[in-house]
Amino acid sequence: MHLNEEELEVLRIIENNSRIDMKDLAKMTDQSESDIEITLKKLEDMRVIVRYLTVINWAKVDEYHGVTAMIDVKVTPKRGVGFDEVAKRIYKFKEVQSVYLMSGAYDLSVIVEGRSMNEVASFVSEKLSTLDSVISTTTHFIMKKYKHDGTIFEQTEEDKRIVVSP
Amino acid sequence: MIKTSYVSKTISELKPSGIRRFFDLAANLEGVVSLGVGEPDFVTSWAVREAAINSLEEGYTSYTANAGLYELRSEISGYMEKQFHVSYRPEDQIIVTVGASQALDIALRTILNPGEEVIVVEPCFVAYAPLVTMAGGIPVTVQTSKEDDFKLTPQQLEAAITPKTKAVLICSPNNPTGTQLGQEELVMLADIVKKHDLLVISDEIYAELAYDETFTSFAAIDGMLERTIVINGFSKGFAMTGWRLGFVCAPKEISEAMLKLHQYAMMCAPTVAQHAALEALKHGMQDVEEMRRSYRRRRNYIVKSFNEIGLDCHNPGGAFYAFPSIEKTGMTSMEFAEKLLTEELVAVVPGDVFGESGEGHIRCSYASSMEQLQEALRRMERFMKNHCK
Repeated sequence: MHLNEEELEVLRIIENNSRIDMKDLAKMTDQSESDIEITLKKLEDMRVIVRYLTVINWAKVDEYHGVTAMIDVKVTPKRGVGFDEVAKRIYKFKEVQSVYLMSGAYDLSVIVEGRSMNEVASFVSEKLSTLDSVISTTTHFIMKKYKHDGTIFEQTEEDKRIVVSP
Repeated sequence: MIKTSYVSKTISELKPSGIRRFFDLAANLEGVVSLGVGEPDFVTSWAVREAAINSLEEGYTSYTANAGLYELRSEISGYMEKQFHVSYRPEDQIIVTVGASQALDIALRTILNPGEEVIVVEPCFVAYAPLVTMAGGIPVTVQTSKEDDFKLTPQQLEAAITPKTKAVLICSPNNPTGTQLGQEELVMLADIVKKHDLLVISDEIYAELAYDETFTSFAAIDGMLERTIVINGFSKGFAMTGWRLGFVCAPKEISEAMLKLHQYAMMCAPTVAQHAALEALKHGMQDVEEMRRSYRRRRNYIVKSFNEIGLDCHNPGGAFYAFPSIEKTGMTSMEFAEKLLTEELVAVVPGDVFGESGEGHIRCSYASSMEQLQEALRRMERFMKNHCK
C-alpha cells in the first residue's frame, strides 16, 4: 500500500498527538481542512489508522490496581494453519492486549492485563496453558514502566535554553 | 590616575549586540513564552551524547591535530560531497573550529588587509559586521527588502562593489529572515563575484534546514569552488549548539593560512565535542531528517497563523525563523517587541538588531514546541487586536 507524502505527514503528526486541532493540522501540512478530513477517513478505511490511543501512566493513579504480564508461550503449530490458529484463539480473550509471533526460544509473546496478580495467574493456568497447542508458558510480571510505545513515562523535558539568544 | 582607556579603540567603538540588550529585558520576567531563541529546541540526540560520554571513558582528553581529528575531517569531506556535491580534501582544505563563529572569525582575519571592504547583506546575523571590523576590514552593508523576499539582487551587489571590495559575506538560509537563495540566484551573483575577482564567505550553518527547495552551496556553482570559503557546523542541523563545533572548508591556499591563525589562537577544537560530531555524521542523519520535518510543520503553522492575525509574513524557505512585518501597528520593531514582552509575555527579537532593513519586522524563532507556538500565537493575536491601527 503506497501513501503519498501528504498522507505520510498526517500520520507522523497524529502518531504523536491524535487530539491535534484539525485547523492546526491543516496549517502544519499546508493543506485545507476538508483535504485533511478526506485523508483521515481514507486512512481509517484502509485500517492504516487502526485506533486513536491515549498513553496513560496508570502507575501514577492511586485508584488503579492493574497488573501487566508478558508471557512467553511455546506452542505446537498445526498443519495448514501454522501458528495463526492458536494465535487467533489466544488474542480473542479480552485479558489479552497483544500477541506477537516471535523467533527464538519461544513462539508467541502474549501481553496480558488483569486487576491483580491472581487474576492474571488464573487466566494463565485456566485459559492459556490448557489450550491444546500450548506446550509451556513462562510469565513475567511488569514491575515498572519506564518507556512505553516510544514515550518516556517519568521524564519531563525542561527547556534549558535562555529566553533570547543569537 | 589612569587617563587612557585600556580597551582598544576598535573594541570600544563596537556597539553591543541588540539581542543581548533584549535578553536582559526578557530574562527578568516570569512566564515568558519565547520565540526569541536562535537554537534548536531538540536536545542533542542520545546516541551523540553517549558517544561523548564514551570518549571520556576511553580517556580521549588530550589535544587533537590543529585542524581537528583526521577521522572527523574525512567524515566532513564525505558529508560535503554527499550532501552538497563539493569536494574538499581532509588533509588541507578542512578545519574543525570552535563553532561556526570561530570559523567566520578566522576566515575574515585570514583574507583581510586593513581597510579592505566586505559586503554584508542585511538583515543578517548580529556578528557579521563587528567580525569584519575586528579583522581590520570595513563592512559595507547592502539592505535587502521584503519586496525581494530579502534576497540580494545582482544589481545591488554590483552597486556595492568598490576597488577596495575583497569579499561578499552571505548567509543562506538566512538568520533572521529564513530566506534561502536558489541555484539560479546564486549563479547570477557568482557571475558578478567572478567578474570582479572577489571571494565569497558563505555561511551555510542552516543548510540542513531547507524545506521547499534543495539547498545549493555557493561552492557548488561553476567556478566558485576556488573562490568560496564555506562556513558550516553542527549547531543548528544536528542540534549541538552548546558543543561549539563548526568547520570551515576552503581552497588550499586559504585553508592553510587559516590554519596558522587557528593554531596560534585556538590550538584545536574540544576533543570530546569532535568525537560527538563524528557520531553525528556517521549515524545522525536520520535525526536531522526528523528535526527538519518537524521545523517544516511549525514553519507552515506559524507563517499561516501570522498572516491570519495581521502580521504579514513571507514564506521563509529555511532556517527556523519567521520575519513578519509589524508595519500595521505603526510601532518601531523595538517598541513592538518591548510592548509584546511586557503586555503579553511573548519574547521576539526586534528586527532592527539585524540591520537597518530589519526595521519594521520581528524575528520569531519557531524552534519551540507546537504547544508553545500555539500559546504564543494566542497572545500575539490578542496583542494585535489591541494595537492594530
